[in-house]
Amino acid sequence: MALPTYASPLERVWYYTYIVICVLVFLFLISPILVILPLSFNAEPYFTFTEKMLTFDPEGYSLRWYDALLTLGHPDAEGVRDQAWWAAVWERSTWVQAAKNSFWVGLWATILATVLGTIAALGLSRPEMPYRRLIMALLISPMIVPIIIIAVGMSFFYAKACVPPDGALAATVGLVLSEKGCLANSHLGVIVAHAVLGIPFVIITVTATLSGFDQSLIRAAQSLGANPRTVFFKVIMPLILPGVISGALFAFVTSFDEVVAVLFIAGPDQQTIPRQMFNGIREAISPAILAVATILVIISVLLLATVELLRRRSDRLRGVTGR
Amino acid sequence: MAEANAPLLTTADGRPLKAALATAQQRAKRRAFLLVTPLLLFVLLTFLVPIAYMLMRSVEHDGFAASAPALVTWFEENPDFDPANPPEAAYAALVQDLARMQVERTTGIAGTRINYSVPGTISLFKGGARAAADLAPPYRESLLEVDEAWGQTALWRGMQSASGTYTTEFYRVASDLKLTDEGWARGQDNERIYLYLFIKTFMISAIITVLCLLLAFPVAHLLATLPMAKSALLMILVLLPFWTSLLVRTTSWIVLLQEQGVVNNVLVSMGLVDDAGRLSMMYNMTGTIVAMTHVLLPFMILPLYSVMKVIPPSYARAARSLGATSWTTFRRVYLPQTLPGIAAGSLLVFILAVGYYITPALVGGADGQLISNLIAFHMSKSNWSLAAAIAAMLLVSILVLYWLYDRLVGIDRLKFG
Repeated sequence: MALPTYASPLERVWYYTYIVICVLVFLFLISPILVILPLSFNAEPYFTFTEKMLTFDPEGYSLRWYDALLTLGHPDAEGVRDQAWWAAVWERSTWVQAAKNSFWVGLWATILATVLGTIAALGLSRPEMPYRRLIMALLISPMIVPIIIIAVGMSFFYAKACVPPDGALAATVGLVLSEKGCLANSHLGVIVAHAVLGIPFVIITVTATLSGFDQSLIRAAQSLGANPRTVFFKVIMPLILPGVISGALFAFVTSFDEVVAVLFIAGPDQQTIPRQMFNGIREAISPAILAVATILVIISVLLLATVELLRRRSDRLRGVTGR
Repeated sequence: MAEANAPLLTTADGRPLKAALATAQQRAKRRAFLLVTPLLLFVLLTFLVPIAYMLMRSVEHDGFAASAPALVTWFEENPDFDPANPPEAAYAALVQDLARMQVERTTGIAGTRINYSVPGTISLFKGGARAAADLAPPYRESLLEVDEAWGQTALWRGMQSASGTYTTEFYRVASDLKLTDEGWARGQDNERIYLYLFIKTFMISAIITVLCLLLAFPVAHLLATLPMAKSALLMILVLLPFWTSLLVRTTSWIVLLQEQGVVNNVLVSMGLVDDAGRLSMMYNMTGTIVAMTHVLLPFMILPLYSVMKVIPPSYARAARSLGATSWTTFRRVYLPQTLPGIAAGSLLVFILAVGYYITPALVGGADGQLISNLIAFHMSKSNWSLAAAIAAMLLVSILVLYWLYDRLVGIDRLKFG
């Protein structure tokens, strides 16, 4: 909104107030994220800027909190950093284990949510779909229902969802369950829970992409003799791929950031980064948390950039098809 | 209609066109539904069944019923007994059950179950069970000798109510009702924690929603009216917090708001606040409100932006050219057109705020806790049925809001980025 030339003095005052308000809100939005970046390099175990940091004294800055991420849970934290030491970091270090768990859980939850969600979105965007509104509401509800309710329900049910240890079923599915053969305290339980939480994002982004999709392209492909498989992989998929990928990224981020369900249904073997952070903030808070936070901010910047590029690509493609 | 007289339209193989069309549509319907089925089954098994199971837990508890069979039978046979003065037969059944509980080690389970409605009964049950084997008739006198509390009217009412597997007791406790000698009654005002917390949660959520709306409106307007290149750049400032981990943002607010934190340090160095009088903005309601407003602000900005984006600026110019002041233009022309965005953003922020758990748990302290934290508290205290009952009450209020959102905004209008 530019100021028109005929603006009265009062309008001018109001206009500049409006700009100042906007700047303040942007500062409110972004400064909490920016403030932790320098603080994670603090040489002292404080959560605030020290004298040395403010005068840009190199001694005020250090990488010790990033180093602390490697040594927590390490059997020989002070040891010589040879190959065996780094191997122990990979195998034993608490934060590295949490990162591995987060990554694997996130990856499988994303695959599950994206595959099921994309197929369902294809069905939901067909004009013939019965009970469309109801089913849509149902599939999006994991985003709306408070996470604590989901977590409580799952923790009750997943502790009961077990297979008998000596049955034939246990031999086939028992491996992915917990020691007692239950969904609770198992990787599968966490993956399934995270997939449910990611599904709304996949559904929303993919149906949004499909709403701009020209259904006659399908009929055109069919009339040229393509079977449903070919239509899907050669016509539909390339066009909706940006939507699918950004839905998958949302699902991954949801899983990567999820803590409540993990707190309620995971065992000690499913420690994830958010759970580790949650405990860290609750108990002895150390600036190592800020180092983790900084790494996570960098990851989210990368993801945001990816989604933004995909969105632009999809807009461009839509421009090509004349929409 | 002249359908009957018209010649029947048929397909090439001679079937009536209408029937053929209906079959084809049936098939298309089935196909569309088939695509959704896998996900529907998945969500049913992993999400809906657990929630249904939780709802069951809120009305089902056999902790007492399973461990006191004699008393359950007696209550069934004498539904109209006087709880103020139970007869000898009831005491006999009770002593028999207490002895059994001691042998089967179920005293704790049964005592805990009664303890939910009549506080202080766990130790009573433990003492009673220890003594039960040595008691001789008349059981009434000998049990009352062990502990006078066995004669309480409320206790007998509690045991009668707990003798069934299904009960509404947990909903009554969650609505701040108390089991007294006269039956269920409203508790004293200072004991009304549950409804109070419900009201508080809704109040805080409303405050956060209003704050978000006030902060989001000018920003969304700026983003919608700036040229594309500039607004895309500023949009990053909105989307980055949206994509940043919730825990990271909560940590940041701890760093900023704590007593030795950045905000206080800045205020002290500017001389606005005395070093001794540092503001406590953390571990109380202020912390919860500030951090949650920050977390939920993008959920308000994005729907507002998408609505404002499509409002033609010529409407405002037309109003101005017809002599309206800028305030009138805003109030009569612009604001009404943004109402769908306001409704969408406010409902979304309110719904999300009501169910928030992480941020209040970390920055709320004792004062800034919301209803979700109470559910987690009862879960950690193993009072699962009460946790489930409060969760069910929260769920109902969320579903009402969700239904409202769907009616007013439409869930298919939800978008990100």
